[in-house]
Amino acid sequence: MKKDKVLISVNSLSRFYGQKCAIENISFDAHQGEILGLLGPNGAGKSTTMQIICGVIAANNGSVSIVGHDIHDAPKQAKQNIGFLPEELPLYHDLNIDEYLLYSAKLRGVKKTKLENALTSCKQRCGLENMGSHLIQNLSKGFKQRVGIAQAIIHTPSIIILDEPTSGLDPKQILEIRGLMHELSKDHSIILSTHILSEVEAVCDRVLIINKGNIVLDQYLKELLTGNNSLESVFLNLTGEQ
Amino acid sequence: MNNNIILIAINELRRFFKSPLAWIILAVVQFLVAIFFYVPLVMYLQPASTAAGLTDTVVSTMYGFAAYIILIISPLLTMRLISEERQLGTIKLLLSSPISITEIVLGKFLGITIFYLLILLMITLMPLSLLFGTQLDLGQIASSLVGLFLLTTSIASIGLFLSSLTNSPTISAVSTFGILLLLLIIKVGGTNASSMTALIFSYISIDSHYNNFLTGLFNSADIFYYIILTTFFIILCIWRLDAERTYG
Repeated sequence: MKKDKVLISVNSLSRFYGQKCAIENISFDAHQGEILGLLGPNGAGKSTTMQIICGVIAANNGSVSIVGHDIHDAPKQAKQNIGFLPEELPLYHDLNIDEYLLYSAKLRGVKKTKLENALTSCKQRCGLENMGSHLIQNLSKGFKQRVGIAQAIIHTPSIIILDEPTSGLDPKQILEIRGLMHELSKDHSIILSTHILSEVEAVCDRVLIINKGNIVLDQYLKELLTGNNSLESVFLNLTGEQ
Repeated sequence: MNNNIILIAINELRRFFKSPLAWIILAVVQFLVAIFFYVPLVMYLQPASTAAGLTDTVVSTMYGFAAYIILIISPLLTMRLISEERQLGTIKLLLSSPISITEIVLGKFLGITIFYLLILLMITLMPLSLLFGTQLDLGQIASSLVGLFLLTTSIASIGLFLSSLTNSPTISAVSTFGILLLLLIIKVGGTNASSMTALIFSYISIDSHYNNFLTGLFNSADIFYYIILTTFFIILCIWRLDAERTYG
């Protein structure tokens, strides 16, 4: 697997909500073909970081470069390379799956001639075949989550950003979604956030731990989990009692 | 025109017509305006009716009341434009897509404007039906229609802006209603149009400019009034969403 090409480069990012500092001076790179896990306690700044990378909110300081395009200076080119699944699923409940996915595809700039193909292949990857005419509001949580992932990959972006993709799912659905992520990581780079440690161990190549707006750890899982280190002890040491 | 703007406008309309709200609003507006079409028509047919012509008596009265009805019902049309995207979280889908905030706002505005055009088309069918039996001043009808169209675009832009301030459609609807009503009744302050303030109040009123169109008076100052009002609130809306991205 090729892991040298840098797809996302985040440089000294800071963001304030009023006086409150959400993230401070965060820098990291994400490489092609790797699954990067953003880990941290609640309110550590994971979602903020992801939303800045996707251009949903702007940073107060620092820059994000997506495949060489700055998210602030060339937002259109940069955003074409991103698929984003926010923590709250961005679904229109009154549309059916096909309508919703086609709309997302067009928003993301998929060409008219390629729409049909994009729709069929992303539905197939997310296990939504033959469900095109189902109304989104009637779907179970697990299927809504799949539709959410489908809208993030329909335009085959080079980077997929998933904010807590398995929250609220039952164990079987979690396994299916993890399988899907492994499948996707063959052609896409994935950044996912979670506060479930076992999930990181199961799917991620590399782990970033954020605590109180700062990166406290950035390491490949293989290197981290040598000897007696468990991810849990590392996590508790870095984020724990102070 | 820009593809993204049209895409958002079409999606807005499609989702609108999936809910019963759009159909009910069309029906209610049509019904209420029909009353204000029928009543003056009956009055005109009385032998003792005034010397004013058919277009003045029936058509102008109808468009005059149609403006009030549309104004009252508009907050329900515009309330969810942006607030609902925020409530559903779909605003993040829009913001993470390769489209600009200006395109989002203009798309929303175009969508709602097309819906208003549909209302105008529906109610205009009523006076046009008189053409089967008599002659009408088509120029005056066209002028009223242009006036009403301009009025609805400014109503839409005010609603759009207020919908961008909150994530609750109800709050957006109530505040839109408040502002529209204020803009309508502020001319009361200008009833004795002698002092300067009275003149200004009367000029600000959203409704006094419309009355010129109803009489067939096509005044460029009135046209600019509505265009400026509409543009102003659309720009405010764009700024608001942009500021939210940066500071929110």
